[in-house]
Amino acid sequence: MGTIAKKTGTLLLTLLLVSAMAFLAFQIIPGDPVTKILGTDYTPERAATLRHELGLEGDLSARYLRWLAGFITGDFGISYSYMKPVRQVMQGKLAVTAALSVLSWLLVLLFSIPLGIALARYHKGVFARAAATVNQVFMAVPPFFIGILFTYLFGLLLKWFVPGKFVPFSESFWGCIGYLFFPALAIAIPKAAKTARLLVSSIMGEMQKDYVRTAYSRGNSRWMVIRTHVLRNALLPVVTYLAMSLADIVAGSIIVEQVFVVPGIGRLLVASIASRDFPVALTIVVLIAALVVFMNYVADLVTQFIDPRVRLS
Amino acid sequence: MKKRLFALVLALAMTVALCACGGDKPSDQTVDPTNTGSTGEKLTGGTLTVGIAADLDTSLDPHVSSSSAGTREVLFNIYEGLMKPDTEGNLIPAVAESCTVNETADVYTYTLREGVKFHNGADVTVGDVVYSLTRAAGLETGEPLVGEVKGIASVEAVGDRTVVVTLKAPDAEFNAYMSVAIIPQGIDPNDSPVGTGPFRFVSHTAQDSVVLEKFDEYWGQGAYLDQVILKVIPDPQTLVMSLRSGAIDLACHLDATQIANMADMTVMEGSSNVIQALYLNHDFAPFADERVRQALCYAVDKRAVIDLAMDGHGTPVGTSMLSTLGRYAMPELADYYQPDVDKAKALLKEAGYENLSFTITVPSNYASHVGTAQVLVEQLKAAGVDAKIDLVDWNTWLTETYQGRNFEATVSGFDSHSLSATGCLARFQSESGKNFINFKNADYDAAYAAAVSSLNADQQTALFKQCETILTETAANVYLQDMSTFAAMQSDVGGFVYYPALYIMDLATLYRIG
Amino acid sequence: MIDTHNRTFRAGAVITGIMLLIILIGLVWTPYDPNAMNGAAKMAPPSLAHLLGTDNFGRDIFSRVVQGAGATFLIAAVSVAAGLVIGVVLGGLTGWYGGWVDELLMRLNDTLTAFPSILLALVLIALFGGGKYNIIFALGLLFVPTFARIVRMEVAKQKELDYVRSARLMGVGSMRILFVHILPNIVPVLLSTIAISFNNAVLAEASMSYLGVGVQPPDPSLGRMLNEAQSYLLSAPWYALSSGVAIVLLVLGFGLLSEGLGGETDA
Repeated sequence: MGTIAKKTGTLLLTLLLVSAMAFLAFQIIPGDPVTKILGTDYTPERAATLRHELGLEGDLSARYLRWLAGFITGDFGISYSYMKPVRQVMQGKLAVTAALSVLSWLLVLLFSIPLGIALARYHKGVFARAAATVNQVFMAVPPFFIGILFTYLFGLLLKWFVPGKFVPFSESFWGCIGYLFFPALAIAIPKAAKTARLLVSSIMGEMQKDYVRTAYSRGNSRWMVIRTHVLRNALLPVVTYLAMSLADIVAGSIIVEQVFVVPGIGRLLVASIASRDFPVALTIVVLIAALVVFMNYVADLVTQFIDPRVRLS
Repeated sequence: MKKRLFALVLALAMTVALCACGGDKPSDQTVDPTNTGSTGEKLTGGTLTVGIAADLDTSLDPHVSSSSAGTREVLFNIYEGLMKPDTEGNLIPAVAESCTVNETADVYTYTLREGVKFHNGADVTVGDVVYSLTRAAGLETGEPLVGEVKGIASVEAVGDRTVVVTLKAPDAEFNAYMSVAIIPQGIDPNDSPVGTGPFRFVSHTAQDSVVLEKFDEYWGQGAYLDQVILKVIPDPQTLVMSLRSGAIDLACHLDATQIANMADMTVMEGSSNVIQALYLNHDFAPFADERVRQALCYAVDKRAVIDLAMDGHGTPVGTSMLSTLGRYAMPELADYYQPDVDKAKALLKEAGYENLSFTITVPSNYASHVGTAQVLVEQLKAAGVDAKIDLVDWNTWLTETYQGRNFEATVSGFDSHSLSATGCLARFQSESGKNFINFKNADYDAAYAAAVSSLNADQQTALFKQCETILTETAANVYLQDMSTFAAMQSDVGGFVYYPALYIMDLATLYRIG
Repeated sequence: MIDTHNRTFRAGAVITGIMLLIILIGLVWTPYDPNAMNGAAKMAPPSLAHLLGTDNFGRDIFSRVVQGAGATFLIAAVSVAAGLVIGVVLGGLTGWYGGWVDELLMRLNDTLTAFPSILLALVLIALFGGGKYNIIFALGLLFVPTFARIVRMEVAKQKELDYVRSARLMGVGSMRILFVHILPNIVPVLLSTIAISFNNAVLAEASMSYLGVGVQPPDPSLGRMLNEAQSYLLSAPWYALSSGVAIVLLVLGFGLLSEGLGGETDA
């Protein structure tokens, strides 16, 4: 259990570094937010009050520590554009993005594993070869382009959903899922294609090993060998990859939310960057980066748990 | 006396609103011939989703004069003044029931309407009216929040239904400014906007939506709809897509290219009251030279701009005067600079700016300005001018470009808050706080000052026209057009009206067709 | 296995080759001036005169797609090249010398990889503003850690190999060993990373421009055009399709090349 403690220590250290780096980055920006907000006419008292409210007093390290302490306790500062707590501006949006990402991740899982196994099982068949080619193409399609195609095909032509008419979770659970399905699928398609491809090469790699030859010599069919011997080992890198890709999916939703007008943190991030509302942007950036770090950590632990070889070393 | 009047006019000038697309005139209203949709029955009740291009301002305080047009057009439905405009261009009593003016036009007496309630259920009292006007005019702080009512000397309650407003100087048109919102005492409008309008404010979700609900106890003809959701969609492409898909029911301030192929929808065109131009910052060295500015005017073919970017909808203009303000409009100035690339090149050479390059800042949420800017870049290229486009979001445009005056050139549009020439011209006085292009011309200042203090209407008009001519001759900006604007709605939506000269989106008149 | 790799590589080479050829021709000649507007031919459907139709300003979409692909390609290529050069130098030096600078840079590296590339690019755009050159700068910066890490790892590995040891014994200078002896041996590993990075750059540029914070109009860019095309999905679906397909072909070509080189399929 010592390694877990060590890994957790590294996790915390990395999180600290990530937050510091993001915080620092947003401090480089020239210009004083106080004068920006107040314009040209203001009294020193008013400026001082505002500076205090925005947490802009003191030197860099003091500001960072104060911000960090606030961040950990859920106080993300005050939005420059709205003069409201960032938390309030973000209200409800985090859940939407989370739902979108998890749905998308489930879709990746649902498609990629069976597809990968099928491609590996029939790897010499004409059909599988054609499917592998299509898979290659899917890997190359950017999610936002798929999103635009979906909008056109399923939204405007077939009218299966109303593009732009997001159904809030509070209004209807299935309505919400029904709307999010399309953006989730748009994000999932290239990701699932990549995952399937990874699974195929992982299975192919395992097939070269000695134990597989032994299994064949016992008279097992290719499918039997894959199912009973290879799959367990071959899935290992895929599981790691899937764990890490959740964060990628969240990042991917930044753009896809824009296409489907989903009111999540992705749209908020783009809007806050455009309007230079840095407290909001910083919060979202740190949240996503923290998620990446955390998922890498989880992937690491999962690997260790499944694979005894890694556990030994 | 002259000085005081000048100060008053200056104050009025400060209130000239800016916006990127504009209010409209009913006489020019046309319904797309392919649509005869609104034949069904007017329904009462229901919800309507309206797409808006810009999120509301941080402050929903109706007395904040720096508010953007997009916020004001929403607040119009929540707040009312003693008087309010109607669709014919008249002022009608609202919170007041009647108004009397003394002979010298410096004392206005208002009688309050009975039974007017605030959204929180409280009756409107004279105390609220005195509080609101005192706050707006800054009588206690010395700093008026609403520049238009700077001329108020005192506000007094007489009895419990009458309010007397005394002005510092006579002003026959003072009622025009009495649309300033009446708000209840003791409630901070920043926390919860409470007014007397046909809709009450329910919620505002940042970057997403604003929800308004019908105010059941409204004193007059109330709204048809129970609820209106204003959906914030800053991306013009997404706005059109949402309209097409039916995600939103109505969007206004669209341009001609945006409404193409909307055969199954109702589309209404209005002549906008917005002057679109390539506004030039005179503090940017090359633009300090009149020849350079004139060269740009010669390089630009405004009719081609209207054809390419607006599908031919729009009225060419040559100065900062709305084509709808008949008395002051000077359509002859529209073609003062005939498109002439050679002349443009010659002028640039003479000025020593043969390889002129500059950046055009454009608010990205307004498709019409973005489209126009792209056409301009092409036209300028032909004259050897290298213009680049910098798309910024609306908020950045407001703070950096407009208030900060930190730009080289910008494509945008400006409207006027009143039917007076001052609405269009005041901002170009050298010392005006709204003179964001840093135009400095002594002749202009003199003519303008003479105009506002003139008591002879013909002479005044002539002086204002002189101002307009100076703007054209000195090529203050590259003037383009008085824009056309379109409102598009689903075929089961009716009741959209254009207001003359004002940037208003009246939600109370909208209804579903059954 | 070798066989499939070869075939994949060939397919990638063909697609990339064709795209490159079109882009190169586009540099000197396109059927129309990509920015020239024509009020008489707005939103024309595909025809012989306009292979992919025209847009809302009457601009020829085929010419714009060609030029847009060129712009996207150039941005991606320059930023990858910049990231590569800096990354190789940084990674080579730290891998060779090790020590606390190495530790520090690698920690920094690890931290940077915590930010998804789109996110990092967005942050850099927030800091320095949008536009073509800032995109190149942001993406270039983004790729430094990727290359630095790989080079460092390889250098650290090769450092212990016999050929390096003997070179040292013969008194060859460090810099010479590093960049003349070791570097060529790392090239195969770098190649597939270059292809992957190129793909990421294309996707990132397209995403940024799609969001409106990347390349500014009227400069053509595939992402920007996709955004504009969204308004005309019903009336001119070929507009969105052609710019989207161009992105797919660019990414697909390099994706296949990278796989053919035996690289990972993902970034």
